[in-house]
Amino acid sequence: MTTAIKNLPRDEIVMAGNGACGGCPATAGLRIVGKAFGPNAICLMTPSCSVASIGLLPKSSFNYPILNICFAAAGSSAAGMEYALESMQKKGRLNGEKPLVFTWIGDGGTYDIGFQALSAAAERNDDFIHICYNNEAYSNTGVQRSGATPRFAATTTTPTGKQCDKKNLPLLMLDHHIPYLATASLAYPGDFYDKLVKAKNTKGFRYIELLAPCYTGWKFAAEDMIDISRKAVNCGAWLMFEAENGKIEFTNPTKKFVDGTATPDSPAEYLSMQGRYTSSLKGDNKEFVINSVASQIAADLQLLRQRSTC
Amino acid sequence: MRRLFDTGCHVVAQAVKCADVDMVAAYPITPQTSVVEEIAALTESGEMNCRFLPVEGEHSAMAACVAAAAVGARAFTATSSQGLLYMHEVLHMASGCRFPLVMVNVNRAVFAPWTLWADHSDSLAQRDTGWLQLYCASLQEVFNTILQAYYIAERVRIPVMVNMDGFILSHCRMIVEMPDQQVIDKYLQHQPNGWIADPQNPSAYACVTGADLYPGFREELFNDTKNADKTIIEAAKVYHELTGMWDGDLIDTYRCDDADTFIIAIGSMAAEARISVDLLREQGIKAGLIKIRALRPFPAAAISDVLSDGARVMVLDRNYGFGTEGGIIFAELKAALFERAAQLQIANKIMGIGGADVNYQMMADAVTSAWDFRR
Repeated sequence: MTTAIKNLPRDEIVMAGNGACGGCPATAGLRIVGKAFGPNAICLMTPSCSVASIGLLPKSSFNYPILNICFAAAGSSAAGMEYALESMQKKGRLNGEKPLVFTWIGDGGTYDIGFQALSAAAERNDDFIHICYNNEAYSNTGVQRSGATPRFAATTTTPTGKQCDKKNLPLLMLDHHIPYLATASLAYPGDFYDKLVKAKNTKGFRYIELLAPCYTGWKFAAEDMIDISRKAVNCGAWLMFEAENGKIEFTNPTKKFVDGTATPDSPAEYLSMQGRYTSSLKGDNKEFVINSVASQIAADLQLLRQRSTC
Repeated sequence: MRRLFDTGCHVVAQAVKCADVDMVAAYPITPQTSVVEEIAALTESGEMNCRFLPVEGEHSAMAACVAAAAVGARAFTATSSQGLLYMHEVLHMASGCRFPLVMVNVNRAVFAPWTLWADHSDSLAQRDTGWLQLYCASLQEVFNTILQAYYIAERVRIPVMVNMDGFILSHCRMIVEMPDQQVIDKYLQHQPNGWIADPQNPSAYACVTGADLYPGFREELFNDTKNADKTIIEAAKVYHELTGMWDGDLIDTYRCDDADTFIIAIGSMAAEARISVDLLREQGIKAGLIKIRALRPFPAAAISDVLSDGARVMVLDRNYGFGTEGGIIFAELKAALFERAAQLQIANKIMGIGGADVNYQMMADAVTSAWDFRR
């Protein structure tokens, strides 16, 4: 059973004074992370919206020790910290229980500039949790395209809509033979929480990716953030699954699409709710764009379905 | 006291082992490679109580080290040339965070074109990263300086780069005296960190800083780097008291007492230049050698104190300061001695670039061709 939202722990790591936009999915996601991980954890962040919203030094709105590290360094810095803690514990130089090390990193620091170090950490099966809050663009610098920006989405560096597909990073990470991987959505907070807890209780390299609809980047109304999150899942633009030791298990509603007990919604409404698709959906192009997105979703689902049975 | 006869790279690994380092993250690059190999072997055999993180590049090596230091660990890395250049942005982070890291840079010329042999372009390109830089001329000095580097770094909270010339020192075997481990443990007692990532006391570090606070951090690093000279000397004195060995001070001098003609050099060239001084003395030239050991902080006062009025000063540079009149040390020295410009004759010779041979005769010739000594 998925944990009900009312049963989530009351602990809050996001305190008053946070500088994030109202309706920021990153901050909402980090709240759930704090509830799942508890107080004995250290968080590493690379330059991103979440670091920018901590507050100006020396103030911090996050109730975790947070080290802001170099952009390309999520995998390497988390590995170095975990190695150091383990070594110090062995030598008896660590006070108290060894803390959990986790990273809270955007799609830039995961898909693009940070990918090399992340891939190396996954290959070594280093003992930390990497969480990617994927807002599908470089939102912190004003919404430029990233390797996670989907085809047809406009950003300031793809003003008429991106021409190529996004990377399939969850599958790339899975092919590093890691012990735990999950995708999650803010529309399913209990599911996100359960996946975080599962990650916490697993040893080795763990990867969780949270879709983080950024209303300033995607151009929708701030209060629709959870609704957009749900629509992304319901149309299959965001697939929900987890994999323990490489074995893929789907979570609902993606599970039903894979089983064939339900079909994904048309992406038309999901796309038209977002201003970033306005340019691509103009005039005669609309049908082509919606059909292309729908067939890409079908292809992604098929790939994952085949992958889950092997 | 134990005695070791081994290559420079292996001596580095032994020093790191003696320093009770908690975590080493490193990526192999010629000529530093066998430092990495030896540390991997020592940690895997259990001979060295440390975790070795085999990262996928030098940026990651330094990024792992800073994060290790952030939880209070003693961390180490070693690199050369392109590897050091690749680390560049993280070097700034390490000094800005005031993490007490130590690294060995095995000096090698930089790409392009591709070359493997020694010069000082790599470390001098990191001159303004806020790291202290020490240069060694023998394997004993390398061993002693690595231990002293931790003593210094953990007190001034500024990272220290220990430099040794590629192949000339890294692949050369020499006899090294190693103090007993209890003596080293006494010398290198762990010092409390400035900041530590501690769940018991959550705080954010190195985050967005406005113009109200940022200049203060930089000014403090500037002042503390300048004042680190006292700790560099203290580190050598305490080491000497405990071990009887002396490698220290900001500069090392040879036959300078009555000298009127000086050679200034860093690294292994400073060892060879002693012979040049003897040769020049045989020719009736009152020559002396100043070996710059600490390049950061720059020992302006220490050098000036040694130079007599009217002195001839030959600066030997194993690098180019592009767009300037010569080498980087030459420019540094002229700036440092500007107030005494009228009393000194400062000349420059660039040699040994990309491992080009440098011997005592060439260094002596640099002196005799710069000035007419027949008068």
